[in-house]
Amino acid sequence: MNRLTTRLLASSALALFAGMAAAQNTAITVAIQLEPPNLDPTGGAAQAIDSVLYSNVFEGLTRFMADGSVVAGLAQSWEISADGCDYTFTLQDGVMFHDGTSMDAEDVKFSLDRARAEDSTNAQKALFAGIESVTVMDAGTVKVRLTQPDGNFLFNMAWGDAVIVAPESIENIASNPIGTGAFKFSDWVQGDRIELVKNAEYWGEAVHLESATFRFISDPTAAFASVMAEDVDAFVGFPAPENLPQFEADPRFQVLDGNTEGETILAMNNGMAPFDNILVRQAVSLAINRQDIIDGAMFGYGTPIGTHFAPHNPAYKDLLALSPHDPERAKELLAEAGFPEGFTTTLKLPPPSYARRGGEIIAAQLRDIGIEAEISNLEWAQWLEEVFRGKDYGMTIVSHTEPMDIGIYANPDYYFQYGDPDFVAIMDALTAETDPAKRVMLMQDAQTKISEDYVNGYLFELAVATVAKQEIEGLWVNQPTAAVDLTDVRWAE
Amino acid sequence: MIRYALRRLLSLILSLIVASIVIFLIIEVIPGDPVAFMLGVNARPDTIAALRTELGLDVGRFERYIAWVSGLVQGDFGQSYTYRTPVANLIGDRIWVSLPLAIYALALSTIIAFPAGIYAASRRGSIGDMSVMGATQLGVAIPNFWFAMIMVLIFAVNLRWFPSGGFPGWDKGIFAGIKSLTLPAISLALPQAAILARVMRSSLLDMLGEDFMRTARAKGLTRRQALWRHAVRNALIPVLTIIGLQFAFLLAGGIVIEQVFYLPGLGRLIFQSISARDLIVVESVVMLLVFMVIIVNFAVDLAYAAVDPRLRTRA
Repeated sequence: MNRLTTRLLASSALALFAGMAAAQNTAITVAIQLEPPNLDPTGGAAQAIDSVLYSNVFEGLTRFMADGSVVAGLAQSWEISADGCDYTFTLQDGVMFHDGTSMDAEDVKFSLDRARAEDSTNAQKALFAGIESVTVMDAGTVKVRLTQPDGNFLFNMAWGDAVIVAPESIENIASNPIGTGAFKFSDWVQGDRIELVKNAEYWGEAVHLESATFRFISDPTAAFASVMAEDVDAFVGFPAPENLPQFEADPRFQVLDGNTEGETILAMNNGMAPFDNILVRQAVSLAINRQDIIDGAMFGYGTPIGTHFAPHNPAYKDLLALSPHDPERAKELLAEAGFPEGFTTTLKLPPPSYARRGGEIIAAQLRDIGIEAEISNLEWAQWLEEVFRGKDYGMTIVSHTEPMDIGIYANPDYYFQYGDPDFVAIMDALTAETDPAKRVMLMQDAQTKISEDYVNGYLFELAVATVAKQEIEGLWVNQPTAAVDLTDVRWAE
Repeated sequence: MIRYALRRLLSLILSLIVASIVIFLIIEVIPGDPVAFMLGVNARPDTIAALRTELGLDVGRFERYIAWVSGLVQGDFGQSYTYRTPVANLIGDRIWVSLPLAIYALALSTIIAFPAGIYAASRRGSIGDMSVMGATQLGVAIPNFWFAMIMVLIFAVNLRWFPSGGFPGWDKGIFAGIKSLTLPAISLALPQAAILARVMRSSLLDMLGEDFMRTARAKGLTRRQALWRHAVRNALIPVLTIIGLQFAFLLAGGIVIEQVFYLPGLGRLIFQSISARDLIVVESVVMLLVFMVIIVNFAVDLAYAAVDPRLRTRA
């Protein structure tokens, strides 16, 4: 080997090492379970879309922080009129979309009008239902008029479905998302990965990472192998809780044990006998042993809940005492309701493991008080058709992952068919109320009402586990909304 | 030979027409609505209606079948509901994973099975024969995804010789591509090799008992010469059939393996599309697989004719 080749080899090896070292510090590969079906957060309900794009690529007027609080986003400030109906937003200066066009009041008007239009395909169109008009005051100011005061409005505008998009790039948003965020969409190898790169022209604080790759691994064994083999740097929403102790014991990794907005409930069909009888519903609620379900189905991860509200929310009211585990009392209640011998019903389970594993345990617990629950396992599409739309079920287990969604109980057509008039009155009062202290009281009234009516069996708040390499900092621990916000993520020096 | 080929071609076209009807009907009757799936639990009825119109789902089944088939004939697979891109693009990306994987696995399976089968047949009853048969028994019995998981633990997690999954893309180099397909290909190939080796052995044993083998020996050929010149060639017919079937299986049956190795192949595309009820994608991909299976069978039929002159003259 002559000297030139040696030198070439040495220098290329050096370059390779240098490249690897640099890549170590500014690139990250994050795995999540599901692949987004498309990249339009304003046109579908799939959480995976927000997981990849929320805050990274797209931003709204307001935004969620890691602790669930709502802060200013593309709107740097706002003023609310005395009647609570007019919101005048002052936008951030110098915000550019990734295609080089500027973001101004016209884009905000376009985005909000598009979401609430008649032919809108926004999965959360209800968020925009209270908007009466959107007016451009000048390039940096936009006024939103509501039909009535809505204490949730700023919260609603923080959702991934309310991000600001541009008319220039809307046509191809599903495959080429153009937002204002700190990362630009770079490439999508469908079925394998999505790549983002740093947006050098970002209006806000510059991010630490130069690039990020998302991979999609739903199989629990494959997920385990990908982390152990260090093919991914972090796994947000790790699918196999049984493996977490092993990662905790491994000095290469850290495990972040976080909470979500997912109230996991044993839903009962309130519109159908025997669940139209409150005594039966109370009996079911008392038959449930929450800790057994959390330990058995979730390997101990999850927080018991006594109502449909997130325990980490400051307005949460602990109502677990209303439905303690008491099988004897449950049997008495069943007898009182006219079912001394119990009855047979259906328990239809969607695919997630909280439902499939939890369902087996709940069926056993119900058998102790004489209720025979016939389990059938459904795919999501089937569940949506049979249970959610067709209301053809006795019981089901599902985690309601939207933040602050207690309002679903006000809809008598919702799949568990509650909609009690007193509850509806509380929710109406809550919507009209803007005073924070009074809002908390109303939210607690609402929690108490559904808990006392034993609408559903309230099981636990779904946990989310993130497994990451030890050196990674700045990942969200909790999931106040579906998001893998990379704007503050960095490798420790 | 020409008439034989034409007859095979006619049955090929008929099979395709029947397949398109069966596929469409089966997929349309599964419960579940793609729009409801996409929009989730908070969607309002007017939103669902708007999206149905946008996706062209508000017309009857018969119209959709006609539109789909007439598109297929012109090479247009339609537009995916959930991905919002042409199905042809989705297939075009993924076939470059599934096809090489199937070929790789088939090559491995053949390379392992031929020598093993011939060796076992030529030493029938020996310890060597019995160990080959024992190994194939094991290979047939153990499911390929279990092989896959064990291999990931050994070669990806512990030894770090191969990635645990994923596919970098051929633009990152042939070597990187082959490296990431190696574990999946071995997992797919081993059970297939076991089956193929058994078929090869029993087919050869049948041939060894034939009169022409005795004639070959009588005219002075050694055992080995007779085996290679006469028996192996004749034994190939059933083996070819199995290879044809296996190729079809490997192409379509990679679903589980693609899931275990999170490979962006056709199997994973079908899996994702079925759960999302992206009917047009499922229909088109399954149709494509049927098409490929039929083409492979057609090729195998022609290969029979090449191997066996009797088929040529009889037709």
